[in-house]
Amino acid sequence: MEKMARVTTALGGNALTGRTMFCHLDAPANAISVCRDAAQVVVAGRNIFKIYSIEEEQFVEKLNLRVGRKPSLNFSCADVVWHQMDENLLATAATNGVVVTWNLGKPSRNKQDQLFTEHKRTVNKVCFHPTEVYMLLSGSQDGYMKCFDLRKKDSVSTFSGQSESVRDVQFSIRDYFTFAATFENGNVQLWDIRRPDRYERMFTAHNGPVFCCDWHPEDRGWLATGGRDKMVKVWDMNTTRAKEIYCVQTIASVARVKWRPECKHHIATCSMMVDHNIYVWDVRRPFIPSAMFEEHKDVTTGIVWRHLHDPYFLLSGSKDSTLYQHIFKDASQPIDRANPEGLCYSLYGDLAFAAKESLISSDSNRKPYIGDRRHPIFFKRKLDPTEQFEYISSSSALSVFETDVESGSMDWFVHTAKQYALAGRPLAELCDHNAKVAKGLDRNQVAQTWTMLRIIYSSLGTVSSTNLNHSMGKGSTALPLMNSFNLKDIPAGLGSESRLDRSKGESRTENILMDSSSTLINNEDNEETEGSDVPADYLLGDVEADEDDLYMMDHENPHAEEQEYSLPQEAFPLRHEIVDNPSALDHLQDKADSPHVSGNEAETVSLTPVESFSLISISHSLYENRLPSDFFNPIVRDTLLFYAEQGDVQMAVSVLIVLGERIRKEIDEQTQEHWYTSYIDLLQRFQLWNISNEVIKLSTCRAINCLNQASTTLHVNCSNCKRPMSNRGWICDRCRQCASMCAVCHHVVKGLFVWCQGCSHGGHLQHIMKWLETSSHCPAGCGHLCEYT
Amino acid sequence: MHTLFAESFATLGRLDNVTLVMVFHPQYLESFLKTQHYLLQMDGPLPLHYRHYIGIMAAARHQCSYLVNLHVNDFLHVGGDPKWLNGLENAPQKLQNLGELNKMLAHRPWLITKEHIEQLLKTEENSWSLAELIHAVVLLTHYHSLASFTFGCGISPEIDCEGGHTFRPPSVSNYCICDITNGYHGVDEIHASPAGSIPSTESVCEVEALMEKMKQLQECRDEEEASQEEMATRFEREKRESMFVCSSEDEESAATRDVSRHFEDTSYGYKDFSRHGMHVPTFRVQDYSWEDHGYSLVNRLYPDVGQLLDEKFHIAYNLTYNTMAMHKDVDTSMLRRAIWNYIHCMFGIRYDDYDYGEINQLLDRSFKVYIKTVVCTPEKTTKRMYDSFWRQFEHSEKVHVNLLLVEARMQAELLYALRAITRYMT
Repeated sequence: MEKMARVTTALGGNALTGRTMFCHLDAPANAISVCRDAAQVVVAGRNIFKIYSIEEEQFVEKLNLRVGRKPSLNFSCADVVWHQMDENLLATAATNGVVVTWNLGKPSRNKQDQLFTEHKRTVNKVCFHPTEVYMLLSGSQDGYMKCFDLRKKDSVSTFSGQSESVRDVQFSIRDYFTFAATFENGNVQLWDIRRPDRYERMFTAHNGPVFCCDWHPEDRGWLATGGRDKMVKVWDMNTTRAKEIYCVQTIASVARVKWRPECKHHIATCSMMVDHNIYVWDVRRPFIPSAMFEEHKDVTTGIVWRHLHDPYFLLSGSKDSTLYQHIFKDASQPIDRANPEGLCYSLYGDLAFAAKESLISSDSNRKPYIGDRRHPIFFKRKLDPTEQFEYISSSSALSVFETDVESGSMDWFVHTAKQYALAGRPLAELCDHNAKVAKGLDRNQVAQTWTMLRIIYSSLGTVSSTNLNHSMGKGSTALPLMNSFNLKDIPAGLGSESRLDRSKGESRTENILMDSSSTLINNEDNEETEGSDVPADYLLGDVEADEDDLYMMDHENPHAEEQEYSLPQEAFPLRHEIVDNPSALDHLQDKADSPHVSGNEAETVSLTPVESFSLISISHSLYENRLPSDFFNPIVRDTLLFYAEQGDVQMAVSVLIVLGERIRKEIDEQTQEHWYTSYIDLLQRFQLWNISNEVIKLSTCRAINCLNQASTTLHVNCSNCKRPMSNRGWICDRCRQCASMCAVCHHVVKGLFVWCQGCSHGGHLQHIMKWLETSSHCPAGCGHLCEYT
Repeated sequence: MHTLFAESFATLGRLDNVTLVMVFHPQYLESFLKTQHYLLQMDGPLPLHYRHYIGIMAAARHQCSYLVNLHVNDFLHVGGDPKWLNGLENAPQKLQNLGELNKMLAHRPWLITKEHIEQLLKTEENSWSLAELIHAVVLLTHYHSLASFTFGCGISPEIDCEGGHTFRPPSVSNYCICDITNGYHGVDEIHASPAGSIPSTESVCEVEALMEKMKQLQECRDEEEASQEEMATRFEREKRESMFVCSSEDEESAATRDVSRHFEDTSYGYKDFSRHGMHVPTFRVQDYSWEDHGYSLVNRLYPDVGQLLDEKFHIAYNLTYNTMAMHKDVDTSMLRRAIWNYIHCMFGIRYDDYDYGEINQLLDRSFKVYIKTVVCTPEKTTKRMYDSFWRQFEHSEKVHVNLLLVEARMQAELLYALRAITRYMT
C-alpha cells in the first residue's frame, strides 16, 4: 500500500490501481497504444482494431473500429498511435501503405477520418508530434518518411532516407523539430522537420535492420535503439558524434524498446521472434534483466507503459491474441533466481570463488579455512546515490584458493601424455612402452594395468604359447620390483599403509579361492608350461597387490587428514568385489563342478598364504583353456570405468585407443565420447595441441573425429602490404608480389614456412631459426622484435 | 571475374557450368559461391556426406541429372556410402524421414505444417535436431531452386560427367561460353546476334510496349486508385490465373536412370492449390517476412547462414544495370518487383502493399509460361520456351531473370518451412 501512496503523489491525485490481468482478443495484435488519461488502450492488428477501457479488475471492450461488412486492407494495421494531446485522435499505418486517421468524436459508426495514400509500400510506423496536434509522421517500407498536417489533404513534406526501408520514426520529446528514423540497413538518421532535403546526421547503429527506437523521456540526448542483431543500444546524441553509452545484449532480435517512466536507466524490450517475454533492463547492468514478464505464449508485438509518469503498469499485446496489463509487483526478477556465486577450477587445481561480499565475510568469520592460502580480492561497484531499487546494489568478492604446489602438480599428466604411444606398433609393444612410461613416473598401478592388458590381449589368439612364455619372462625382467613373493615386503616399503592390508585380506578371501583354483586348472591342463607359468603367476600376483597399495597412495587426497584414510578403505574392497569377481566367478564356478578342480582344493589352501593370483593368473590360465579373448572385456571395461571414475580419464582414453576394436563395443558410445572430450579438453588446456590432435585422429567416435575437421582455415596476411590475402595462392592481390618470400634468403618458400605474427615476415624454418639465434630483430629489417618460441 | 573463377575453382575443385553462366553477374556469383561453400564445406550441424546426399535428394526431385551427378561425385568423395545412392530406402532412416519434407518443399510448400516438423523432431533414435533441420531445409531449398536455374538456363552436363562429352559448349541456349572467357567481359558485348536471329520489328515493339507500360504505371499510379476489394480480388485472380498458365509443350525431359531412384513417388508434383479443391489460406508476408522473422530464426539455429542468405536475396533483388535490351538508364525496379511478386504469388504469398494488376500489365503470357515452368516444374523447361520470351533481350538479362526466379523461389520455400518451424517452437 505504501507503493500505491507513492504512485498517487507521482500522478497528482490520479492514482492508477489495478492488478495483473488480461483479456482475449479475437486476433493477433500488431501494436497497441494508450490514451493520454491511461484509462483506455487501442489494439490494432491485421484483423482487429478495438478500443478497450482499463478497469480495476478487467479490460472492457469499448469500441470496435473495424466496421463494414467487408473490411478493406486499410484496416489491416501494422502500427497504431493514440495522440497524446487529443484523446479523440488516432492514427494507424496499414500494411498496404495507407496512413489512416480516426476521429472518435465522429457521431457515425465509422470513425475513419482521413486517408493518406502516398506511400507505395507498407507503412511500418506512425508517430504524432508530442506537442503539436496536427502533425503526423509516417515511415514506410519504400524508404520515405512523410509528414502530414491533418488539416490538409496531402503530406506537407517528404523525407527520403536514400537508403532502405524505414522501420521506425520517433519525434524527439524535447526537441521540437527533431525526429529520428531507423532503417533496415542498420542506420539511424536524425532529421529536422523543416529541412526535408537532407538529414542532419546519420550513423550506423546496428548490424542488420534497426527495428525500433525510443527517445529518453527525460534526458533529451538519449536515444535507445533495438535491432535484429539482438542488441539494445543507448546513444548519447548530445555530442557531435553519436556515442554509444550502453549496450544490452538480449537473446533474440529486438522488436520494441520503451523507456520506463520515472526511472532514468530502465528500459522495457520485447523480441520479434522465438522469445515471448518482456524484459525490463537496467542499462547499466546489461547481463541480467531487472524484471521479466512471462505471461505471453507467442511473441509480444506491442508494449507500452500505461501512464507517462507511472513506472509500475505495463500493457502489452501479443500474437497469441491476448492483451495484458502487467504490474511491476508481479514481475519475476531473474536476479533472485540467478546464482550469485561462481566457482571455477584452474588447470593446476586452484580454485576461484566469487560471491556476494556479505556472504564471504560472514562465512569466513565463522569458519576459517585451514591449510589453504587465500587471496581474497574484492570488487565493489560504486553505488549510485540516486538508485531507486535496492536490489540493484551489489558488490562481490573473488577469492582464489591455491592448492599445494606439490600435490597440485600435474606434471605426470603432461609427461604421460607426451610419452605414451597410442598407435603404430603392435599392441604388445605399445602396452610395454606405456607401462614403462607409467613406471618411470612412479605410477605403478597404471604400469601394472598396461602389463595386464598386454598379457590379456596380445597373448590371446595372435601369440603362440611359446611367445607367451617368452613375454612372461620378459615381463618379469621389465618389472624389477616384482622380485619378491612376499606381499608384506611391499607395504612395508611404502609405509603407513599396513592397515590397508587387512582390509584387502578380508576382501580377497573369495578371490583367493577362485584364483588359485583356476591356477590349478591351468596346471592340470597344461603341464608342460607349468614351470614357467607358476612363477610368473606369483610374480604378477605380487605386483597386483603392490599396485593396489600404490593406488591408495596415488589417489589419496593430499589435503585429507589421517583419519580420512578410512574412505578409500571402503572403496577398495568394493573395487575388488565388483570389478574382478562377478564375471570371472561365474565362469569358474561352472568349472568347479569338474572333478579335477575339486581334487585340487587342498592345494588351494596351501597356496593361500602366498596370496593373490587374481587377474593375470586367470588370464593366462584361461587362455590355455582356449577362452575367447573377449572373455575379459567386461573386466577391462570395468577397469576403464574405474579409472575414469577416479579422474584419470587419460588412462581410460589411452587404453581405449590402444585396444581399439577389442574393447570398443563394450563401452557405450556416449561414455566414450564423454571420455574423449574430457581428455581432449584437458590436453588443450595444457596446450598439448599435437597430442590432442593425435587423440582426435585416433578416436573412433564420429563426433570426436570431426572435431579437427572444423575451422581449418588459416588466414594469412601479405608480408608486403600487411593486408589480409584474399586470394588463395601465394600472390598478393594488391601488391602483385609473391607473399611468402623467405626474409633471409629471398626465395619463395615452398613447404614449411614460419612467420612472425607481429610483422608477418618469415621464411624457411631453418633460416629463421638460425637468424634469430644471433639477432632479435626481424630479418626483413622492419625493426620488429620477432620472437621465436 | 578472374579472381572469382580462381576462388570458385579453389573451393569446388572445378569450374562448373553453373558458375560459368552465373558469371554474367559477378556480384551475385560471389555471394552465391560464398553461401554454397558455407553450406557444403564449413562448420555446420550436418556431416559432409549428409549435406551432399540432401543435395542429391533435392535435385532429384526435379530430375536434375546435372546437379545429381555433380553431387554423387562429391558425396563419394567425402566418404559417403555408395549403397545409399541406390535409392532413398537404402539411406539411413533419418534421411528417409526427410523425404516427405523434401517432396512438399519442392512442390507444395504451403502444405507444410508444424505437425510435419514435429514428426521430424520428436525424440527417437532417428530424430533431427533443430539446427540440423534448419541446415537441411536450407540445403533442400537451395538445391530445388538451383535445379530451377539449371533447367532455366539449360546448363549442360560437366565434361567429366555422363553425357558431358559433347562439343556443345556449356551454354545459355546457343550462346558460346568461350566468348566470355576470351575477354568480351560484361554485358555489353552481346549485340553479337542474341539467339542468332535478327530482331524483328514485331519484337522490338515488345520492348517498347513494355517500357511504355512501365512508364504509364509509374505515372498513373497516384491517379487511378483501385478500391480495396479490387486489390484483393486482383491478387486472387492472379493467383488463380497462374494456375492455368501451363506449358503447352509436354516434352518429357530425359531423366537419367540415376535420378529416378531417389523418387519414391513420382506422381507427386506441383499441384495448383485452388485446383486441388482445398482452400489454402493466403500467406501474408507482412505477418512472416524473411527480413524480420526468417532471418532471425535461421541465424539463431545456424549462425552466419542467415546473414549469407540475407545478402544473397538482397543482391538478387536489387541487382540492376539499368538496361533493358538496347535501352539504357531504365529503372527496372518495377519489373523486377513484378517478377518477384509473381513468383511469390504462385506460392500463395501475398504482399499487402502490392497491386497485382501490375503483373498482368508487365508480364506477357509467354514470359509467365516460362516463369511458371521454371519455378514449378523445371524439368519441363525447353529451349523453345527460353527463346520465346523477351525475344530481343540479352542472354545476360535472361540469366538475370533466372536469378530472380531462383532466389524468389528459395525464399518462398524457406518462408513456408521456417514458419512451420516457428509455429512448432511456440
